[in-house]
Amino acid sequence: MSVKEIIDRCEVLFEDVNFTSAREWKDAKPGRKVVGYLPIYVPCEIIHAAGMLPIGILGGGSDLEVIHGDAYYQSYICRIPRSTVELGVTNRLDFIDGMLFPSTCDVIRNLSGVWKLMFPEVMARYFDTPQNYRKDIGGEFYKNDLRELIESLEELGGVKVTDDDLRNSIEVYNENRKWVNKVYQYRKDKPWKTPSAEIYLLMRAGEVLPPEEHTQMMQDYLAAVENEERRMKDNCRVVLNGSFCEQPPLGMIKSIELAGCYIVDDDFIMANRMITTDISTEGDPLENIANAFLTDSMPFPSKFEPSEEEKGLYLADYVRQSGAEGVIFAAASFCDPALLDQPLLYHVLDDQKIPYIAFQFAENSGQMQPIREQAGTFADSIKLWSAA
Amino acid sequence: MCADVTTDVIKDASMLKQKEMIASNYDKITSAPETGVKVSSTFVPGNLNELTMCFDIANNLPEINALSNAMRKKTGAMISDAEKMGHSEDVCTYVKADLGMMAKGNIAPNGKPMPNPDMLLLSYTGCYTFLKWFELLREQYKCPTVMLHVPYEGEGKITKNMRDYVVKQLKEEVIPTMEQVSGVKFDIDRLREYMKDSAKAEDDLVWVLQSAKNVRSPIDAYFGAVYYIGPIFSAFRGTKDAVEYYSLLRSEIEERLAKGLGPVTPEGEMGEEKYRLVVEGPPNWTNFREFWKMFHEDGAVVVASSYSKVGGVYDYDGFRHDPQNPLESLAEYCMGCYTNRNLPDRTTMMADLVEEYQADGLLINSIKSCNSFAAGELLMLREVEARTGKPGAFIETDLVDPRYFSPANVKNRLESYFQMIEQKRQGGAQAA
Ligand code: SF4
Ligand code: SF4
Repeated sequence: MSVKEIIDRCEVLFEDVNFTSAREWKDAKPGRKVVGYLPIYVPCEIIHAAGMLPIGILGGGSDLEVIHGDAYYQSYICRIPRSTVELGVTNRLDFIDGMLFPSTCDVIRNLSGVWKLMFPEVMARYFDTPQNYRKDIGGEFYKNDLRELIESLEELGGVKVTDDDLRNSIEVYNENRKWVNKVYQYRKDKPWKTPSAEIYLLMRAGEVLPPEEHTQMMQDYLAAVENEERRMKDNCRVVLNGSFCEQPPLGMIKSIELAGCYIVDDDFIMANRMITTDISTEGDPLENIANAFLTDSMPFPSKFEPSEEEKGLYLADYVRQSGAEGVIFAAASFCDPALLDQPLLYHVLDDQKIPYIAFQFAENSGQMQPIREQAGTFADSIKLWSAA
Repeated sequence: MCADVTTDVIKDASMLKQKEMIASNYDKITSAPETGVKVSSTFVPGNLNELTMCFDIANNLPEINALSNAMRKKTGAMISDAEKMGHSEDVCTYVKADLGMMAKGNIAPNGKPMPNPDMLLLSYTGCYTFLKWFELLREQYKCPTVMLHVPYEGEGKITKNMRDYVVKQLKEEVIPTMEQVSGVKFDIDRLREYMKDSAKAEDDLVWVLQSAKNVRSPIDAYFGAVYYIGPIFSAFRGTKDAVEYYSLLRSEIEERLAKGLGPVTPEGEMGEEKYRLVVEGPPNWTNFREFWKMFHEDGAVVVASSYSKVGGVYDYDGFRHDPQNPLESLAEYCMGCYTNRNLPDRTTMMADLVEEYQADGLLINSIKSCNSFAAGELLMLREVEARTGKPGAFIETDLVDPRYFSPANVKNRLESYFQMIEQKRQGGAQAA
């Protein structure tokens, strides 16, 4: 398969706000269930082990006309809850049997209740992750929390989830993460070969496809892209930070690159790489999933950082590991977690003399010219700075 | 929730007592460098006042400082300083008011500088912003910061797992840190004693809040409740002072009730009670008196509010601190605070209050800063209207940012709402 064929398919999946592929998956066998989850992270292994398809609901995107959603949210709340409600009231999510609302912010938390009130026939659960990272405290709480999640999925699907089912699904997701990380590494090594809009679409496909299919797709993509002739440009290299929940329009990602910045790392879709190591398949699978979150998960603003010295250092590490020269902060307007975290991150970057710029977006931002100009000026200043 | 509201409003004995209590707490905090008292900063919802007292640690509440500064018209400049330091216009203004206050020398309401806290107690109840707020403060103060993760009541209940998790954190994280900071050994019997006093004060507070069920309510359960909840939601729950304050308050309200009097307002005794409202959402602090006046001058009294439950829901389902099971009870207290309850439960609570307090409807004061309250309120309004058959209304202001209080808009909305209630009554009368 060529790069174009793969990315065309991803684009179709990305633009399809009716989730046709997930509907087809569901209809292919009687009794199949689909479980949606909001950003940032839920342990998809568990949904998969229950024989269900986990799909990421990342808002309505740039083209969805929000007619009803605005009646549910004030103007000073970000856009993702209103476009998600829009998807719900226009029956675009009517095939979804369960919705999970992970511990992200007050908006997502309250959206779990909005869903319970608006769609009482759908299983809707707030999904908590621990803010205490001791195995005997936060780990124990999380393990029981995971057990409760399994019980509700068992009830939903009329199935029993065994430890072997869980181990099998852990393996499937270990493999998926391995390839996600390979794609990210490949982009760090050869960003001119892997435009970020392509990588983004490839990762978005993983939010609606079964993980096995997505893994294959990433393998095909890496094989195809290696043979693609693409010219290296004199771009600077940046890490993009702050877009972990509401997603920017694809046009914004393209604009940043067109303005002369290769995005070599980002936090667009964290669910697929939140866990940074393989989860062990030996012993108690729930304990392994819980421990992986406690000790080997990526930092993000909704997760407490217990050590003041460590706060925000991860971002400087990402910059180093990806050979980036600067950071672009791109947060959704009214996104409290991202925007409150930013000043703390600025200080880390200031200390380490890493240049940065910041702007805000909404998933339906149309005007890209200002962003292109800002990113262009940033790229120029980085080049000047490194030449000096 | 501060002396500023109260001093020029009511001169009852309870009021003077509260003023004294608040002043003495600020003095205790600002004199810490001389006395050696240790100071902890913490949040109102789910605060652990009885526990903090077991270690002789003074309690400083940045939310209260922010609202107190707002009432003295100081937050506009503080917020603008924080924005100049790189904080976004879009985020919670309590945080920015606090950071701006630090930038302006961190002067307490008594005019003396606030000492740096010895500890940040991040009781993370009902709001994600708390987490960011204390990460920002920790960066400045570099002091021990203890996180108490209080799970959200997403499924509308407290499970054993949730309770055990909070209790374990108390035992193994919070208490050891407090011991270390204060040098005082934890004594669970001391905690029990404080909790006995908490429960006594809570009983009297509940009596006061429920006095609004009387038609011709003797209190305003939103604007007036701001000072009723002051001591128990802040540094005094568990103290003898609080017991005394609530007993005094109760007897004063009993007297008002016996005399058939309505609430007292900053402009004196309130006239005829024309409208009875339930209010969801915190008040605006920058224009508090002006805001209140828009209600009382039209004869609108608030008979129940969600704001009077942010630091503990005592009246709705009967929670009391339980000295027999101190740590479990603290855990349940933290989890049961209003904004830690899910939206369906909050909605049911508001609908029930409209019915139980014979209100004309639900008014929502939606706060720009506060997603914890605001996200989902429009749906809540529709639901409560549908369930009770009573009209609702929606206004938008902010807590401490004067840029978001538009008096003309708020006044217009309120007046149309009162007209709507009148029409509904006339319609009802005609139909009958
Ligand atoms: S964009 Fe930010 S504020 Fe909005 S739902 Fe997501 S994390 Fe919450
Ligand atoms: S978001 Fe709301 S509850 Fe949270 S700190 Fe701000 S005002 Fe308080």
